[in-house]
Amino acid sequence: MHIVVCIKQVPDSAQIRVHPVTNTIMRQGVPAIVNPYDLFSLEEALRLKDKYGGRVTVLTMGPPMAEAALRKCLAYGADEAVLVTDRAFAGSDTLATSFALASAIRQIQNDMAVDLVFAGKQTIDGDTAQVGPGIAKRLDLQLLTYVSKIESLDLEKREITVHRRAEGGVQVLKTKTPALITMLEGVNEMRFATMPNMFRAARYPLKVWDKDAAGIEDVTKIGLKGSPTIVSKVFAPTAKSQKASMIETESGDPRDIAITLLTKLFTQHPKLEKEIGKRAA
Amino acid sequence: MNATTEQPAKKGRKKFELDPALAAYKGVWVFIEHERGEVHTVSWELLGEGRKLADQLGVELAGVVMGAPGEETRRFCDEAYKYGADLCYVVEDPVLENYRNESFTKSLTDLVNTFQPEILLLGATTLGRDLAGSVATTLKTGLTADCTELAIDPENRSLAATRPTFGGSLLCTIVTLNYRPQMATVRPRVMAMPDKDDSRSGRIIEHKLNMIETDIITKVLEFIPDNRADKPQLPFADIIVAGGRGMKNPDNFKLIWDLAAVLGAEVGATRPVVQSGWVELERQVGQSGKTVRPKLYIAVGISGAIQHRVGMESSDVIIAINNDPHAPIFDFATYGIVGNAMTILPALTEAFRQHLATVRKAV
Repeated sequence: MHIVVCIKQVPDSAQIRVHPVTNTIMRQGVPAIVNPYDLFSLEEALRLKDKYGGRVTVLTMGPPMAEAALRKCLAYGADEAVLVTDRAFAGSDTLATSFALASAIRQIQNDMAVDLVFAGKQTIDGDTAQVGPGIAKRLDLQLLTYVSKIESLDLEKREITVHRRAEGGVQVLKTKTPALITMLEGVNEMRFATMPNMFRAARYPLKVWDKDAAGIEDVTKIGLKGSPTIVSKVFAPTAKSQKASMIETESGDPRDIAITLLTKLFTQHPKLEKEIGKRAA
Repeated sequence: MNATTEQPAKKGRKKFELDPALAAYKGVWVFIEHERGEVHTVSWELLGEGRKLADQLGVELAGVVMGAPGEETRRFCDEAYKYGADLCYVVEDPVLENYRNESFTKSLTDLVNTFQPEILLLGATTLGRDLAGSVATTLKTGLTADCTELAIDPENRSLAATRPTFGGSLLCTIVTLNYRPQMATVRPRVMAMPDKDDSRSGRIIEHKLNMIETDIITKVLEFIPDNRADKPQLPFADIIVAGGRGMKNPDNFKLIWDLAAVLGAEVGATRPVVQSGWVELERQVGQSGKTVRPKLYIAVGISGAIQHRVGMESSDVIIAINNDPHAPIFDFATYGIVGNAMTILPALTEAFRQHLATVRKAV
């Protein structure tokens, strides 16, 4: 069995700060991590490998520094890693990204047929959740998003049954491989990297592909040219015209503050008082 | 939210002219999502927003209703008119009984190719995101996810879709100039629910889907409905008490629950709190969690980063408690208290308890 896991290196968004004066992002010192949502998919792929044997290939598109994210995945237990990197990809939106990744997966297929492709349900930097479905459509894979559980996999019959999170419930879906799966967060826990895997990850000769190696001939499908969406402006959110009315008391005593707040709140919003009084019985 | 510092556009703003073949794309569409006989309210919220876009463009607003024969598609259409649709496209076919990516993608893609809308909006639900990503890739057009604001650029009549970016610290406006339809998803509760006008009606355009069950590889074996009673329902809560990293540890976080109990409120949290496992995922408020619009939102130990802000700023009244006087939350809260949450929270809980006791006696 061969599983490809698509991952992305992202800035740890919890640590991004906006400069208070210039309103620009302060990228310096923000650590790059593997998109946390991707790890649930990687762990699920590794579990399938533990059970059925086979190979797990991790794939990413990004700048050369994304190598670190792939090595991290190798340390967790992935077997192979492919970095697709080329200046021609700069400015790719989700449509162009799915084109490039789909093309790279076709090249990976040349080596060994792919049964399953995993992707994160979304990234923490783009938050679009579009690349997974995009790859599935381009490669004509069955699409299984927001999977909470892989119920069964029959490699002989090429059948897979999963639980999929839907609005208001869970769908139990049965389909054929090859399929593309995005895992729901929190459904498994990433294993610890083992010593031998860490050593292997450090020494592993990464496959680094430019657009040609990734099988991309049509450059109008990638980068800015291949991206229908255009960012027309980037801006910092502004304060409302009116800032918060600050509750202060001379004593600074929490009880005084609380009572001052309540008085102000219920005088200015009498409806709220009724609403709370009604419900909190 | 408004722009303060506009940065130069990434691509040159030369005079834009739409490809004549694409100029034929007319009208604003909203995908009407329904499950088990109920339309998801995000669809009505989108019709409210779609109405404004359609009026600005001087075009019609349409609902797209897909389902199995015998489902209440006509009732959904009647409701759609009341929320602002001029017409509905209806596709009825047995293969559309349950949501499946293959059948719904084909159905919606066919419909778009036949009737050519210029704008297509979907709810950013699990269904909407699955479908939107697939349809946009099949049509090779642009899709902007999780928009917090939609507008028409008066210069070129294109859809200007604004969404948080860079992990939510900034906002960006995205346009899809030379591709149609322009697609966008919006999360539930981000847009206000439009008023229902019972006098409105509209017309139906039926469309056939040429697909048979054996064409579809994926089968739905079962649907296990959620037990709604034991899941927190933040998006529709009227009062929410939420805690952030400033609560420092899970023990302190119990103070949030105490206040919520007195108010009969739901408990919310920021992403770091959920990631630390102090509360369950369903309670996460923000760009990667739930969007809420309660009458009262009490934010404790929450700095108010845009990631969180976009999920709760439509609250009617916001009370913020934070020890940092410069925390961004004070820029958009209604009332602010600078101080130690661990001492203010118990005092606030007690003050509410006493006050509500007197209110109740009075009633």
